[in-house]
Amino acid sequence: MNRKIPDDIKSDKADILKEAESLLKDPGRRRLLGNVLTLGGLSLATGVIIKDYGSVHDILKRISVFNDKAQGVIFGPNNMAPEYSEADITNPFPFNAFYPISKAPVVDPASYQLKLSGKIADRRPWTLPMLNALPQTSQITRHICVEGWSAIGKWGGVRFSDFLQRIGADITCKYVGFKCADGYYTSIDMPTALHAQTLLTLTFRDHTLPTWYGFPMKLRMPTKLGYKNPKHILEIFVTNVFPGGYWEDQGYNWFGGS
Amino acid sequence: MGKPSIHPLWLRLIHWFNAAAIIILIMSGWQIYNATGFMGFRIPKTITLGGWLGGAIQWHFAAIWVLFATALLYAVIGLLTRRIPRKFFPVTPRAFVHDLLEAARGKLAHEDLSIYNTVQRVAYLAAMLDVVVLIISGLVLWKSVQFPYLRVLVGGYEGARRVHFFAMSFMVAFIFVHVVMALLVPKTIKAMLWGR
Repeated sequence: MNRKIPDDIKSDKADILKEAESLLKDPGRRRLLGNVLTLGGLSLATGVIIKDYGSVHDILKRISVFNDKAQGVIFGPNNMAPEYSEADITNPFPFNAFYPISKAPVVDPASYQLKLSGKIADRRPWTLPMLNALPQTSQITRHICVEGWSAIGKWGGVRFSDFLQRIGADITCKYVGFKCADGYYTSIDMPTALHAQTLLTLTFRDHTLPTWYGFPMKLRMPTKLGYKNPKHILEIFVTNVFPGGYWEDQGYNWFGGS
Repeated sequence: MGKPSIHPLWLRLIHWFNAAAIIILIMSGWQIYNATGFMGFRIPKTITLGGWLGGAIQWHFAAIWVLFATALLYAVIGLLTRRIPRKFFPVTPRAFVHDLLEAARGKLAHEDLSIYNTVQRVAYLAAMLDVVVLIISGLVLWKSVQFPYLRVLVGGYEGARRVHFFAMSFMVAFIFVHVVMALLVPKTIKAMLWGR
């Protein structure tokens, strides 16, 4: 079901120029690009030559961006995360966020509307009954946290690629971004958004997603680390301008693939 | 003038870049480990690198390229020049036991730096193998979905955590013995710096 994409969201030229300009405007970044080219990767990576903490920090961030690209290359759209049985589910499944469980945001299901923006043809908001009426699927997969621990859970909901197609998202765009009720925000690459196991999750263990696991919905991706899986999603947008993320802007690797 | 070079320049460069990468990987790895401390203890913060989990991960995944490059270059050049088979083989259990006993009695000399005794050969080969184990288990920790065969090989994601931890522990033990031995025979350090 392909909708016609309106002209106002078709052209990326302006966005791409904007991104390039902001990269070049930052003198630190421009200087860094020069340094990386002149000194060579090996000595930079070992930090032998660089004494100034600021530039080490910048160089590490540059390498992290390079690692994003490497992960994009390694990512196999058809590589599936292993699926497990009901007996393997971790109980209790751990709560994890940048705040304690008592601070998990409470979203009113009656007034809830999922906002859509950016390069999407049909930007009408979605209510929970509308989302629940869509074809549902489920998965039992391993959630891997950047801290090292992992836990197996069962998530159910709408396959994200189906949803993106339904709303007429421009899948030639680079990023899908998320804004959440707890102030969290993150963004993912389009190939991961279209992966068959990427799930707009509405249930956990066959029950409505509890508050502490992300009610009313989270995006579940077994091909990404936990912090890439946004909870309490209020808005989804499609864009070519790098949106960053809550942890990613502080130094976590953006691709965060698994 | 001069004696023939014990360690060619390419080998010395690889050795020191590799050493720097491994030290960065171990110290940042300890900081990453501290995020969960799943073996039941924490590593003192003063000997870790990165400041926090995100910083440590940045160091770890920068240094990994250096480790990967040095390991690959060493294997390729070492095999093409036949340095690896020449220096580290043959290895026989008999010679190993003999040299081990000699070493224990303090009788094993290391006068000719260009020849390794069997204990040294086994130790260096084990360290090389350990790097391979660290890279394989590290790849599974990094990308368990993308490397399904390696994932099965190391016992799944959770298996990879343990393999990676114990392989790190072996590397730390190797470095400790390696450094103590080098300090006991300082001309080995000179040879690794200046070639002879």
